[in-house]
Parts: sequence; structure tokens; C-alpha cells
Amino acid sequence: MSDGTPTKKAPYVVPIGPIHPALKEPVQFLFEMEGEVVKKADFAPGQTHRGIEWMGMHRNPVQIVHLTDRICGICGVTHSLAFARAVEQIVDIEVPARADYIRVIIAELERIQSHLLWAGVAAHELGFDTLFYLAWRVREESMDVIEYITGNRINYGLVQVGGVRRDIVPDQHPTIKKCLDGYRDLLGKMLNLFLNDTTISIRCKDTGLLTFEKALELSCVGPTARASGVVKDVRVDYPYSAYGDLDISPILPSAYGGGINGDVYDRIVVRLLEVAQSVEIIETCLKEMPDGPILWESKLPKLLSACKKAHGEAVGRHEAPRGECLHYVAMDGHEAPAMWKVKASSYSNLHSWIPMLEGEQLADVPIIVASIDPCLSCTDRVAVLRGVKRDLMTKEDLHRLSVEKTRRIQGC
Amino acid sequence: MLSMDVILVTILAAGALSIIGIVVGLILLGIDRRISARMQARIGPPLRQPFIDLKKLLSKENIIPENAIPSLFNAAPIVALASSIVVLLYLPIGSMMPILGGYGDLILVMYLLAVPALAMVAGGFASGSPYATVGAQREMVSMIAYELPLASIVIAVAWLLYSSGIADPFALSSIVANPIWSLVGPIGMVGLFVLLLTFAWVSPAELSKIPFDTPEAETELAGGVLVEYSGKNLGLFTIAQGVKTLVMGGLAVAIFFPWNLSPLLGLAGYAALAVDAVFFFAKVILLMILSVTVIRTGLARFRITHVVTLFWVWFGVAGLFGLSLVILDSVLAGWF
Repeated sequence: MSDGTPTKKAPYVVPIGPIHPALKEPVQFLFEMEGEVVKKADFAPGQTHRGIEWMGMHRNPVQIVHLTDRICGICGVTHSLAFARAVEQIVDIEVPARADYIRVIIAELERIQSHLLWAGVAAHELGFDTLFYLAWRVREESMDVIEYITGNRINYGLVQVGGVRRDIVPDQHPTIKKCLDGYRDLLGKMLNLFLNDTTISIRCKDTGLLTFEKALELSCVGPTARASGVVKDVRVDYPYSAYGDLDISPILPSAYGGGINGDVYDRIVVRLLEVAQSVEIIETCLKEMPDGPILWESKLPKLLSACKKAHGEAVGRHEAPRGECLHYVAMDGHEAPAMWKVKASSYSNLHSWIPMLEGEQLADVPIIVASIDPCLSCTDRVAVLRGVKRDLMTKEDLHRLSVEKTRRIQGC
Repeated sequence: MLSMDVILVTILAAGALSIIGIVVGLILLGIDRRISARMQARIGPPLRQPFIDLKKLLSKENIIPENAIPSLFNAAPIVALASSIVVLLYLPIGSMMPILGGYGDLILVMYLLAVPALAMVAGGFASGSPYATVGAQREMVSMIAYELPLASIVIAVAWLLYSSGIADPFALSSIVANPIWSLVGPIGMVGLFVLLLTFAWVSPAELSKIPFDTPEAETELAGGVLVEYSGKNLGLFTIAQGVKTLVMGGLAVAIFFPWNLSPLLGLAGYAALAVDAVFFFAKVILLMILSVTVIRTGLARFRITHVVTLFWVWFGVAGLFGLSLVILDSVLAGWF
């Protein structure tokens, strides 16, 4: 047993991953353990690199929008929205107001389903399968509405450069409202089940602590940052689409009455309360949605030729369920973008694992790892392989490589 | 003075009971899965699912990891299964007295109950996997943790029988013949009830079920002590788990609910034996649903430190409290 007294036994190493039941996506952890306590933690992402940016750089923006749907299996609209916003800035497209509202509605529906998915995963990591089944059954309601609006459960294909591809007509409102009312009724129950359950409290309170300072220092985003008290939300800080018209504020764990500890429990609080916030946002958007077109230009050749003429670079941002998602696009008068860079929200959050995990018990590793809601296949951008051997690249290596490449391009 | 006949009958009965025990144990696992699924609003697998799983496991090859110790690794499941079946032979099934009743008592049963867990620990350490090693350490720790409450229950029962002047207070046959509830007054009743609750919480720990499944902890250790086991060895562990479930239920029935149906129905002979055996299994199933299925469906997994605190502090105190109430009761009964 571990009791804090220095022991003579050598620390042993427990590897977790790349494939492990605690991990929903491949990532490798190495823990130096002393008894049940994690002394040192390290992780190696890059196990599931798919080269999606490379694919995109050989396609035109309209094709890429549909490719961005496939970056993440859960954030179906996050990446396409961020990418479309980047291209719209370069091409100087003004998105119709109605399309902005529809974008917000689908983005918030996505937040609901993503947070409920996460809640289920968290319950499963804690060994509480009953709650896992409940959360996922409840999640189906939002999936059904998403399918009702877009025609798909995931990979919605809703966002288009310059607007959205499908309208939400008044006939559809009752079904959406019914789902939202269902969530409003359920929320009290979910809060009670997750936050007042003794076994969940003792496992999650004071587990996986991330202090305010550490969260700032590591530039964490989304619920991970907000649970540590960092007031940060792209929807509020840099309003886009219809978010500027809405009265919203970032949700901190103190909204539930308690203090801000930055533990796993607080992350549950933030996510569950954000579900409630999203329900309100969708309701307001449905009510205040203006009439008008939903696309800047419905004829694709016209849109494409506008994109082809455009020069410049832009950054598109969106507050994904996991935090800020960022797409950098540069276009130089060709059909395909000159540069496309995707920064998924998890990229900013992954490094918070290290301070969270060190000093914790092995038993809490799964829930802490899951608590930032990592999305690894969206995050992985590079995998260095030499033959069959994986290599680690340090900052110096990367610097040397980029200097070499610049020299090669300049031809000197 | 054992004649050949007696030995032969004993062997036959033991063989028959082992098979019945394995079958009922697997059915119990099936019922557990089914009821848990229903409580989670799922349909769940059919009742014969454990048999299907077992058939498949037994048809698969054993994979022994390179850095395992093969002899220990292969012996562990056999020892676990054998010891669980032996415990079954010490339990009275309804009105049928234990087959090996003359060769051991409740103390022996307690030791035998520890053997499957020890076999798992040995198998875990022999697997040569860090997950299995951590799992085996946890199994050991939780075993040490739940022994204290379990011991206080056994002592309470034996004390009760002893103070009531019954010969062989530790023998299961005398425990069954004298239902403990009839030996105590109101204070003792309360004490026994506390002990019953304690036993209900020790059972899931003994069976490594949520919230006490830390040694196996799927999401943390990927199966822990069992992580390297596959094929026939894993099949043997599955059977052992079924029999162990039956044994824990059987022990609870023998200590706390030993009543039989046959006196009520006025049956005798083989009919009585059969009716009582069926009634016994029904009681076991009901008890296991309450103390394993319901608890495992309604809770999250504890950390190993929680398990230790829970059993040493809370249930340790509860067990000793129940024990002292029972003693107080019999002392008071002696005064008046």
C-alpha cells in the first residue's frame, strides 16, 4: 500500500495504450508507479495520424468542407464551421443571417450530444455502467433531432462555404422543441445522478487537479479551462455567427454553488450545465431566427470561381464542445488552398494531463484521461516513422528541419 | 469405519453435486447479467449466455505469455475451480446435509473461500504482465480487507451456538439445524441483522464485483489478474466464478436463512430432498440478486484505498457492533 513514506522498492513502469479499454482512441501513456501512485507520467500522441490536411490541400474549398466533417467523429460541425469561416474571411463572403442562426443551432445540438456522450464515457471509466447506459440513451434524443435536421447522425454535411445547405422550417420546430423540453426536464435528474452520487463524488472530487495558474500556463481551452476557473469561451470572447446576438456567459463550476477546484468533478459540473445552456441557446435561436436566404451563393461553380480568385490568409475559430477549434487557411489564387492547418481543441488540452496525473492513483488514470474529453484522431497531425521505428523529435530537431526546408525552398 | 459403499456413495454424490454446482453457478451468472441489463433498460443476453461463452472459451487455445511461469499460470485456474467446488461440498443443500460435513467446519470453509482468491493472485503474479501484477496486489489487499468483517460474522454465529449449549458450534450441520434467529432476543436480532448486511457487502467483494472489482477493473487494468488468461484457463476461471457465486449465496442461506420447505409441505424422503434443494437454490438466487446484482448495478467502482477503509473501518465496526449486540443479548438472556 502506498502511504507516502519513501519506499525502497524501485518504481515500476505501467504502460497504458496505445490500445487499452480506458482509451477510446489510440494514445500511449507511460507511468512510473510507486505502489498505486503515479510518480511520473508521460504520453505519446501521434498514434492515429491520417494525413487529412494533405488530402485537403489537393482539393477545392467546397470539397474540403465535406472532408472536415470527417476529421472528428463527434464534432461533425465544429471543423466544417471553423474551416468555412476561414474561407469566408479570405473570399470576403457575407453569410446570410438565417444561415448563422442555423449554424449556431446545429453547433449547440452537437455540444449537447458531445457532452452527454462524454458523461456516459466518464461513468463507464468509473465503472458505473448503469449511468453510462442512461446517459447514452438520453443522448439519442439529440442524435435523432440532428438526424431530423441534417439527415445524418454524424458527418452532417450541413455547413457550406457561405451558409448552410439545409433550412430549418417552422414545421420542424415542434420536434426540436419536444427534444429540448425533454432535456430541460431531465437535467435536474442528470445533475442529481452525477453530482450527488456518493461513489462518483469520492472518485471525482480532488482528483485530477488542474490549478488556475497551470490551466493558464498550458493554454487549456473549453470546459477543461473553465473548470479550473479560466473564463474563456470563443462564443463570448470573439462572438461569431449568431452568438453575438445572444446573451451568454462562460459557465464556471461555481454556477452550481460550489467553489472552483479544477478537479474532475468540476469538469462534470461544467459540461452538464453547458448542456442546459445549449438548450436555452437553441430555443432562443429558433425563436429569433430571421427570414432570408441560407446561402451566399447556391451555384457551386460561381462559389468556386470566387474562391479561386481569392488571395490571403485567415483563421477560423469555433468553440467546439471540447474548446476552441482553429483552422488556418491560406489561398493564393489556385483551386486548392496553399496551406490548411487544423488545430483541434484537444491539442491545447493534452498537456494538462501531466500535471493532472502525477501524484494520482492508478485507479483514477482512466477518469482523469477522459476528463479533458480527448479527441486524438482529430489532434494528431504528424507521425515520424523511420523504417519501422518511431522517433521522438525535440524542439531543436524540428527547428533544424524547418531551417533545412526553408533553405531548400529558397534554393541556397 | 468407512465401508466401500459409503466412500462410493460420497464420491458419486460429490461428483453429482459438483456438476449441479457448476450448472447452477453458470445459471446464476446468466441471471445476474440478465437482471442487471433489465435494470439498465437493456434487454441483456439470454440466460444460457454463460454456457455459450464457456463452450467457446473451452474450444479455444490457451495462450501463455512468454514471460509467464507456465506451471503456476496453468495451475491457478484449476486450483481456483477445485477449491470453490470443495467449499460447495461442505455446504448443506436444503435438507441434505453436507457431503463432507464430517471432515471440516465453518473455519475450514472460510479458509477454502480464500483459496480461489489466492489462486488468482498467484496466477496474476505468474502472468508476467504489469496489469496482472497490479491486479494481484489489489486482490491481496482487498482479501485482507474483507476477512475482518467475515470473521466477525463467523465468530458471532459460533458464539451464539456455543452459548446456547449446542454441540459443535462451528459445524455447518448444527448451524443449519438451529436457525440463529430463534436463539436470540430482540437485541440479538438487531445484531444479526447488522451482520447480515455486512455479509451482503462482503459477498460482492469476495466475488470481485463492482464496486469491489478493483483487481479486475476493466477500464483501468484491462482485466487485471485475468488479463493474460485466455481459452480453457479463462473458461475454468469462469466456472470457478459461477461456483463461487453459488457458494457465497449458499453460505448466506446456511447461516441466515436455513429454513426448509419440506416440513411445511409435510414431505419426506427423496421428495423432501428435491423440494428443499430447489428451494435452496431459489433462496441463493434471490440473495445474490440483492447483494451482488443490485449493488453492482447501482454503484461506481471504488479505489483500492476506499475498499480498505470501507471494510476495515465501516464494515469492521459494523461486524464488531453486530457481534457485541449478539453477545450482549445472550449475556442478558443469561441474567433473566
